[in-house]
Order: sequence, then structure tokens, then C-alpha cells
Amino acid sequence: MFYREAGQFKATYAADQAVFPIRQDRIGLALILVAAYVAVPLLGGDFLLSSVMIPFLILSLAAIALNILTGYAGLVSLGTAGFMGAGAYAAYKLSTLFPQVNILVWIVVSGFASCAIGVLFGLPSLRIKGFYLTVATLASQFFLQWCFVRVSWLYNYNPSGAIEVPARALFGLAITGPSASPVTRYLIVLTIVVAMTWFASNLVHGRIGRSWMAIRDMDIAAQLIGIRLYPAKLLAFAVSSFYAGVAGAMMVFLWLGAAEPDAFNINLSFLLLFMVIIGGLGSLTGSFFGAALIHILPIAVRQAPASVGLTIGGATVEHLTYVITGAMIIVFLIVEPHGLARLLQIGKQKLRTWPFPY
Amino acid sequence: MTNANLRLILGAATALGLGAATQTFAQDSIYVPLLTYRTGPYAGSGIPIADGMRDYLTMLNERDGGIGGVRIDIEECETGYDTKKGLECYEQVKPKKPVVMNPWSTGLTLSIIPKASVDKIPILSMAYGLSAAARGNVFPWVFNPPATYWDGFSQMLEYIANKEGGGVEKLKGKKIGYIYLDAGFGREPLPLIEQLSKDFGFTPTLYPVAGTDMQNQSAQWLNVRRDRPDYMIMFGWGALNPTAIKEAVKINYPMDKFVSIWWVGEDDVKAAGDGAKGFRELNWHAVGAEFPALKDIQTRVVEKGKSQSPKEKVGSNLYNRGLYNGMLIAEAIVNAQKVTGRKVVNGEDVRRGLESLNVDEARLKQIGLEGFSGPVKLTCADHNGHFPTYVQRWDGEKFVKDSDWIKPMSAKVDPLLEADAKSYAEKNAPWPARTEACDNKS
Repeated sequence: MFYREAGQFKATYAADQAVFPIRQDRIGLALILVAAYVAVPLLGGDFLLSSVMIPFLILSLAAIALNILTGYAGLVSLGTAGFMGAGAYAAYKLSTLFPQVNILVWIVVSGFASCAIGVLFGLPSLRIKGFYLTVATLASQFFLQWCFVRVSWLYNYNPSGAIEVPARALFGLAITGPSASPVTRYLIVLTIVVAMTWFASNLVHGRIGRSWMAIRDMDIAAQLIGIRLYPAKLLAFAVSSFYAGVAGAMMVFLWLGAAEPDAFNINLSFLLLFMVIIGGLGSLTGSFFGAALIHILPIAVRQAPASVGLTIGGATVEHLTYVITGAMIIVFLIVEPHGLARLLQIGKQKLRTWPFPY
Repeated sequence: MTNANLRLILGAATALGLGAATQTFAQDSIYVPLLTYRTGPYAGSGIPIADGMRDYLTMLNERDGGIGGVRIDIEECETGYDTKKGLECYEQVKPKKPVVMNPWSTGLTLSIIPKASVDKIPILSMAYGLSAAARGNVFPWVFNPPATYWDGFSQMLEYIANKEGGGVEKLKGKKIGYIYLDAGFGREPLPLIEQLSKDFGFTPTLYPVAGTDMQNQSAQWLNVRRDRPDYMIMFGWGALNPTAIKEAVKINYPMDKFVSIWWVGEDDVKAAGDGAKGFRELNWHAVGAEFPALKDIQTRVVEKGKSQSPKEKVGSNLYNRGLYNGMLIAEAIVNAQKVTGRKVVNGEDVRRGLESLNVDEARLKQIGLEGFSGPVKLTCADHNGHFPTYVQRWDGEKFVKDSDWIKPMSAKVDPLLEADAKSYAEKNAPWPARTEACDNKS
């Protein structure tokens, strides 16, 4: 009734090929953006901004990074956290070596450092496939984490072995460090994530994305129709690790405020893989859903008993959180093995014919 | 004035009075959040620490009705020893105006150190976190008494020298093995080792254990067997400790030459069986429940079912560690009340309280902890105190005191600390200069 495209005529090819061909979708997206840019900063408290929304957006971007590699190009990777770390350490080194340059520039530029490392580890991807490639990316995870611990140059020889975030400002407004307000940090993260999601969306809907999907579905067939496998796979590694690098730099500079090498451990890589699988392989929206389920659901579960006035010990709540989150993951995977994004798609399809399905 | 009018005024007055009363009631407590970890890979160490801190503060509430007549509002937040979750806890408790934060994780401490001066919440990272935070003029909001890891390392060397007959010159030509968690915490003493080995002429051999390999140390101990170091020093945490002790027993390493920093609990040693007899560890407080304050905890908290701790764990090493932390919190609040003259103190007051903290023998006796630990006195310049520690020995059943109080080699450690604090402030430029006034100049 409400979600119907009757009467929306497409007069051009461009309109027909648009990412959101239906007007209601475009309105919905605009509403989400307005809510994210206006309603959340106005109505949300510090806790919502700095502990829920900022981590959610950063993890979403990291999930998009992994989704480009795994969901679109079909290369399963367990090295995302390592690439995020590469970005974070690059941003730290660059911002301490050249403090004059604005930190936002370094956050984005650090993606290129991570990108170079990603391409390096992507080199064997032509020869090795499937599980073997996964193991190769696992090696990159361990190697990079080893570097973060052992190469003291990376953390400026700090005896604590951690990287700390210096206070930096943009137009006189503190954006990193302790005096940066959560609203400022949130708006910066949101802007970067929105811009990069838009770019990724154009990438995956265009020629490059189609070549990745062709390789994912059948690499020999893709080769036969003229896709050059090696450059396409390397490009997937490059773009993916660029996104991961930016997400990692944002994680340290705009979320954590300091990081030990342990922040980029294998657990984070697995968590991101779960986000991508639960959210939906090969879907940008799915990356956001996955990040929301893995990051926001546990927080909601933790807050639930306190908000209804129950007092349960912190440890009990923590255990319950594991149980409930785990159970929900299993339920979602049984109900919809293709992820939450597919669930949304089915819902939309149903809504189109509602209330008179045929 | 008519009767009705009078009644109206009276009613209004009562309503106002009630409103005011509920308001004072809401503010009439001191909020102390405890960031603990009862879950996750480090829960084995985290649970007794959490219980010790919580039980001591609960006991004060039960016995004295709080501190200075003001109840302490204790709330635990589960961090799982995970920096991200810890930050979430920090943001969660911040609006409730905590008077002091106990992060109980080095990663989290590093994350919140810059925030402390902005949010006006002092950080009490008891003998962990950033060693350089001992410099109160650079870090006015961070406190890490009673000793730093560098102090601890130098104390272990001193102990070894004493065992060899006294005097650091006895260390010459000795081979000292160092097994450590290959993370910030374990790597911190490396610059000190480099310098002291040159100064004293001993040969260090390093055995790093990666965080992911804590339970698999056979390679490291194979090397220990080959190198045959005269002494072993350990900086471990979580699963690293029991594994290392087990492996040392397996290769028949002499236990009386194996000394650890202060994070080994009874369960860690027990796991290695009888062979672990003679294992040594640094400590700065007593083990056991034979103190009036601990007896009060037994009768008023544990037996009343107000604790999560099993009865027999009260008085164990890490439980008492948590209790000591609780005592520092309580004494800081007492001191803050004394300094400011206010009963309901806030974070800024407690910072002043910590800065002029002076828990001497008499005070320890007063609070029922006579002989539990050495005195603690902090100043504006020194937020650590660099207090002496002693070495305790595992006799197969419990830890027993094995040495006198050992002073740290401050002459060697202080310059490093000073340089580190300076470099932290430089690297984090613009680091805010200290503007907080000092209450005791001494």
C-alpha cells in the first residue's frame, strides 16, 4: 500500500539502473541520514554517542572492508584486524612525525599504508584459493600483530608499548584527545563512514564490483568472459585493506584514545567475519546490520535489567549476554542463512504486495 | 489567616521539605564504581581482586554506615579485561559522578589517563598501568601506589643480590633469565634491564611469551634448560603464571631461584603441585585473614551473604590485594573529607585526598589492619611513593614471608621514570600543564 512503485516511471537508463530505483527507498535513506545527523546528536547522551554509535559506525566500516573482500570477491579473510592495526599505526606514526598536518588527512591517508600491506599479502591470492588463502590471511594477522609488539619504532619506543592519541583540533575545535566532545567525534566518524559507504556502493554496483562478483561465483567463467583475475583480486585486497585501515585509524583516534597491540587481535578479525556472515555476504546494508547485532545487541542486553529496575551482578549479566547473543545469532542463521540483509529484502518484497499478496 | 489558607501553606511547605529531603538523600552517598572482571580469560585473577575491593567497602557500609557517615554507593561494571568493554563501562558510570576510577587493566588505564583531567575523575591504578604516572607534576590525576614495575624489578635484583651474600656487586657475572608477557606490561622493564645489566655486570637472557601462547611455553623453558640462568625473574599475568611454574617444575628448575612480580595467586602455584614448593614472589601486604578488619568482613559481610566470595578465599593473596585497593579508596575518601571539610566529596576532592594520603602505622592499627602492609604516604610530586616490598615463599600450602622489606633502587629507576614522563608529555603534546593546587608541599 505504502511501499509500492506504481506510478513511478523511469524515463532514462540512469534512473532504471539507480541503486535505489524506488522512491520510497530514497526517502527512507534520507530519513535515516537526517536521523543520524540531526536526531542522534541532539537527543542522544554521551553514552549513546561514544559507546554505542561511534563503535557501531567504525565496526560497520570495518565490516564493509571485509565484505568487499569476502562478500563480493569471495576471498575469505581472517586478517582484517591486522589491516586495521596497520592503518592505526600508520596514522599514529604520521601524526607524530608531521603534527602540522590535520589528523583527518592522516586518518584517510593511513588507509593507503594499510592498502599497500594488503596488496602484499594479496599477492598469493591467484595461486591459492579457499581455505588456503584464509590461512595465508591468518598468517598476515599474526605477522602484523607481531610487528605491533616487536617493532618499537611503530609505537615511538614508548615503554608502555601502546600508542596514545595526541590532542588535535580542526578549525580550533578539538577532534581527538580527551577534550573532543562525543558529538564532534560522532559527526566526523559518521561523515567518513557515509562518504566511504557511498563510494563503496558505487564501486560494487559498477564494472569493478561486477567483475568481483563474477570471480566469486565462478572464476573460470569470469576469466572466459574477459576478466583478468589477478588485477581484480588484488584490487579487492587493496580496496578492502584501505577501508580496514581507515576504520582502524578511526578506532584508535576517535574511539579508544589509546591502543595496545592486543586491540587488533584475532578475536576482532573473527568478530568482523561474524558480522559479515550474519549481516549478509555481499551486502553493504548487511555490514551495518551485522555490526549492530554484534555490537549493539550485547549493550542492550546488558542495560536491560537495570532499566527495568532489576539488580543482577555484572558477571551474571555478562554471562547472560553471551548466552542471549549466541542464541540470537543461531536463530538468525537458521531463520535466514543469507543474513539479515536478505531478511530485509524479503520483508520489502512482502511489503510491496501487502495487503493483497498474489 | 483562614484555616484553609494555613493548611495550604503548611501543605506546600511539607511538599517543599519532602522535595528537599529526597534531594539530599539522592546526593547523600559517595559513588564508587568498581571496574572488575569476573568473566573472560583473566577471571581467575580478577574474581578475588573484585571480591576483596567490594567486601572491604561493603564492610565499611555495614559496620560504620559508610565513610564519615556517608554511605558508599558501590557498583560493579564488568570489563572482561577488555579495553573496549572497559571504555563502555567508563562512559556508563561517568554521568553518575564517580569519585575515583580503578581500571584494573593496563590498556584501559592508558586510554583514560588523558580523560582524567578533563572529566575530573582521579585514576587509582594500584601498581599497574603507566609507571611514569608516578610523576604527580605531569599526571596530577593519576595515582599508582605503592610501587611501579620498575621498582619491583629492582627489588627482585636486590633480593637476588642479598641471597648471594649482599651487595649489588654480587650480581656480577650472574646470568639472570627474564620470562615475561610479550605485551606492554612485560616489556616495560626491558630498558631498565638493559641499563642495570651494564651497571651491575650481569647477563640477562630474555624469554618472551606471546599473549596468545601463554599456555604453551615449552619452547621458552627448553631454552631455559639450555641457558641455565642462575636466577629467573617472571612478569606474568593470567594463564602465563601457572603455566610457567608448571614448566619450571617439569624441567627441575630450582624453585628458590625463581622470583615473580606480585601478580601470582595461590591457585596459580597450587596447579604445579608439590614441586612448586619454594617459589618466590614479591608482595607488599600480608596474606591471611588474621586481621581485625578481615574478621569484620567475615562476620559482617561474608557470613551475612553479602559477598560473592567463598569463605575460604578471604585472606588469599589476590583477595588481600583487592582489599588493599579498597583500603586506599576508603582512606582517600576519608582524607578528602578531612581536607575539604565536606562529607559528600566529589572527584576533585578525592584527588586532593589521594595527593595528601598518609596511612601510617597508627592509622593502619586504627582501621584494623595493623601489620597488614607498610605505611603509604603520597605527595603532590610523587604519586607512587616507591615503597619497599618483601619476598614471600610458597611452602606448599600458603605464602610465607621470606625476606625483610626491600627498598627499590630509586637512584637507578628515578631518572628513567623522569625521562619517560617527560617523553609522554612531549609525545602527547599539547599535554596540559598542572594547574591543580597542592595541599601538602612537603
